[in-house]
Amino acid sequence: MVEVVTFVLAAAIVLGGAIGVVALRNPVHSALSLIASFFGIAVLFVAQDAHFLAAVQVIVYSGAIVVLFLFVIMLLGVDRSEDLTTDPIGGQRPAAAAVGVAILGALIGAVVLTRADTDVVVTGSGALTGELLGPGENISRLGESLFTDYVFAFEITSVLLIIAVVGAVVLARTPSAAQAAADDLLDADDLAADDTSER
Amino acid sequence: MEVTTSWYLVLGALLFTIGAVGLLVRRNPLVMFMCVELMLNAVNLTFVSFARALDDVAGQVIVFFVLVVAATEVVVGLGIIVAIMRRTPGATADDVASLRG
Repeated sequence: MVEVVTFVLAAAIVLGGAIGVVALRNPVHSALSLIASFFGIAVLFVAQDAHFLAAVQVIVYSGAIVVLFLFVIMLLGVDRSEDLTTDPIGGQRPAAAAVGVAILGALIGAVVLTRADTDVVVTGSGALTGELLGPGENISRLGESLFTDYVFAFEITSVLLIIAVVGAVVLARTPSAAQAAADDLLDADDLAADDTSER
Repeated sequence: MEVTTSWYLVLGALLFTIGAVGLLVRRNPLVMFMCVELMLNAVNLTFVSFARALDDVAGQVIVFFVLVVAATEVVVGLGIIVAIMRRTPGATADDVASLRG
């Protein structure tokens, strides 16, 4: 019973937050709704014994990604409300609604059609890479799996992160700033050369 | 009454649909990005549900990788948005058609 109440409350927060992201006119309010939605998902992760992922969800998504969103909103000054009453492209919203109904129908149809009597959806053999252990040992099991079966993917992840950092730096600097930095560097070199020649 | 895997899967489907419709309807690039995050989270929820249903840790490992990819995607995507907004303030998704060259 506790599980049902938890699920219903968390699901209401998740869906309410998601609708808020789409429907609110101010981007800042959308970002705050997104935080609510992420917290609801973290609760659902805890309810499914994925404690480490729940913590990571709060730290990375709510803590880092949404803060980055808010930072960009403030930086760009686009925190004014947007007029959502008019449809900028004719027939865009009916088309979007049709696509939404199609996606929802396909997904829920898949869930219903593959639902067995025992309500365990089995598409292959269970526990191919190792079973989940209890709440306390889940983290060690996850870490063990990450550094044995998935160690190559884990290392590729670090390359991906470095590429993202380099890409962000390249995108963030403007050509004039780069030129100024290069000039500063040249000036510094000149000063250093002067210092050595004076000695 | 008991919470079964199907409940989580249906919730994931609803969340994914809301994100997809938001992505199609909204024109502010930042809000569109938030909708992509919603869709990624719906998939994460589904992975965790299957991890528990099949008693397999691989589902949770994949969620870990999805988190990393989402973080990098946001960093690079927001960098592009900042670069575009600096050039043309108040740009919407339609204005990004200039990327076509």
